[in-house]
Amino acid sequence: MSKILDDLRYADSHEWVKLEGDIATIGITDYAQHALGNIVYVDMPEVGDEVTQGEDFGAVESVKAASDLISPVSGEVVEINEALEDEPELVNQDAFANWIMKVKVSDPSEIESLLDAAAYAKICEE
Amino acid sequence: MKTYDKLIFELSRPGRKGYSLPEDNYNTNGFDSIPKDLLRKDEASLPEVGELEVVRHYTNLSNKNFGVDTGFYPLGSCTMKYNPKINEELSSLPSFTTLHPLQDESTVQGALELYWNLQNMLSNLAGLAEFTLNPYAGAHGELTGLMVMRQYHISRGDHKRKKVIVPDTAHGTNPASAMVAGLEVVEVKSKPNGSIDVEDLKPLLDDTVAGIMMTNPNTVGMFETEILEIADLVHRAGGLLYYDGANLNPLLGKVRPGDMGFDIMHINLHKTFSTPHGGGGPGSGPVGVASHLVNFLPNPKVVKNEDGTFSITNGEESLGNISTFMGNFGVMMKAYAYILTLGKENIKKVGPLATLNANYIKESLKDDYLLPIEGVCKHEFVFDGLKDKSTGVTTLNIAKRLLDYGFHAPTIYFPLLFHESMMIEPTETESKETLDDFIEVMHKVAKEAKENPDDVKNAPLTTIVRKLDETTAAKNPILSYKALKEAVK
Repeated sequence: MSKILDDLRYADSHEWVKLEGDIATIGITDYAQHALGNIVYVDMPEVGDEVTQGEDFGAVESVKAASDLISPVSGEVVEINEALEDEPELVNQDAFANWIMKVKVSDPSEIESLLDAAAYAKICEE
Repeated sequence: MKTYDKLIFELSRPGRKGYSLPEDNYNTNGFDSIPKDLLRKDEASLPEVGELEVVRHYTNLSNKNFGVDTGFYPLGSCTMKYNPKINEELSSLPSFTTLHPLQDESTVQGALELYWNLQNMLSNLAGLAEFTLNPYAGAHGELTGLMVMRQYHISRGDHKRKKVIVPDTAHGTNPASAMVAGLEVVEVKSKPNGSIDVEDLKPLLDDTVAGIMMTNPNTVGMFETEILEIADLVHRAGGLLYYDGANLNPLLGKVRPGDMGFDIMHINLHKTFSTPHGGGGPGSGPVGVASHLVNFLPNPKVVKNEDGTFSITNGEESLGNISTFMGNFGVMMKAYAYILTLGKENIKKVGPLATLNANYIKESLKDDYLLPIEGVCKHEFVFDGLKDKSTGVTTLNIAKRLLDYGFHAPTIYFPLLFHESMMIEPTETESKETLDDFIEVMHKVAKEAKENPDDVKNAPLTTIVRKLDETTAAKNPILSYKALKEAVK
């Protein structure tokens, strides 16, 4: 069974968000990494890029498929996880510890539109 | 010799030759006439080998090939049907193979007649007004068809129509072709059964829609029963319907895309019309259009004159040339031979037999494999891996294990609708005995997955190259002999 952390918010496109102040840390869920299989490449945005809620900001490529990354929030990218450039497989090892980008959010209330752990768990079951 | 794995460069010995020529007494050094700056500085590093070594090398390599001539090839969405040898025989007639594309048209009347006849046969089978045979492959046909779509809107001064609607289950070439044609891609969702969601489609149909790309049967092998309604909605919004001929096989001679409301389509001659593909030969992707789009088809075209002769012409409203000459002629000859040898009655049996074979396998295996979409499929269907998910055996493991039993693997991890997709298309050319053998092996693999899961997870166990490390292959690909030598160092 996939791991789901209680204190995070989730998008139905399988990204997780942790909001601390106005900085959102974003990654893909354990369910997503499991469905994708061995990840070979994470296409990340650049620091300074603007991202928009519901629009793609990059892609994850596995041996099975390439999948768009959809941003769960809007704002400016302030940091990307450079470790994933050389070791994308870290996402397979621990999808919650190995975040993809940090965003300075322009509208913190957007997070309210995302799913909580219980609602996300329900989607994964379906 | 099953284990033979040499590269021809490894056989090379300095000075070894496969020929002996008399001394050149004519001073014909061809290099003198080539400008110095165009000559290479170092000698080409070609292998130096004798004739026998070359023959053995390539014969041994060819024995390692797996093709439809050696075994069952249930590769979903690829229609790996048997390619009758008469096709090869006819297409290698010297009176055709020795033609030059720049020959005067009076000397190639037979070739032009073949082009004209095949184009008309395809028009009849598709229910469309006219075909061009010029595109070199399926995706090239898609691009050509979308250029026709774009040209049509531009010719009416309707420049804002740029949106091409593509189902989320579509073959990846569909959105790619639309992008290359300078159009924008909008995705329409599928329902859980893989059909287009008409309610999701409706809001997309505004005055910026250029058209929609579909296959029918769709990517999961089910017939889109709402096609007439979809066609009506798209047409009323001012868009055109594009039919991806990838899945034409089950409808051949029975249902015509033109009758379903499609305006443009391409046909993969190398799938539906039994010409070799998948490393076995070049493709061909003829494009057909409804009467209001005929003038936009690419140049050059073949026309029949009043006196019965044939000419090559260029249309003024045409979107231009999309190929150097007139397509892969050899492939057209094979498709022409296929249609003529089948004949009007037999061609109608292709679809029903392909459909029967697919349903026979599906129903025989659905106790062991998870069938996410119930019902009668057309020429192919999708399993979502093993029914028993507790074994940890994946679709990839099963595909590899099939190699141990002498079958080509099905298409895996496509469509993306399911996590463990396994797409099986037997085609009409397989006998019941072959289908039964495959079914028996699939049951056996499902049993192994329960009893000895490690055997399946480590498969293939009997091939020359064992299980590949796909992650390393994707991250650090070694793509040349030089790179291999460096990696070994």
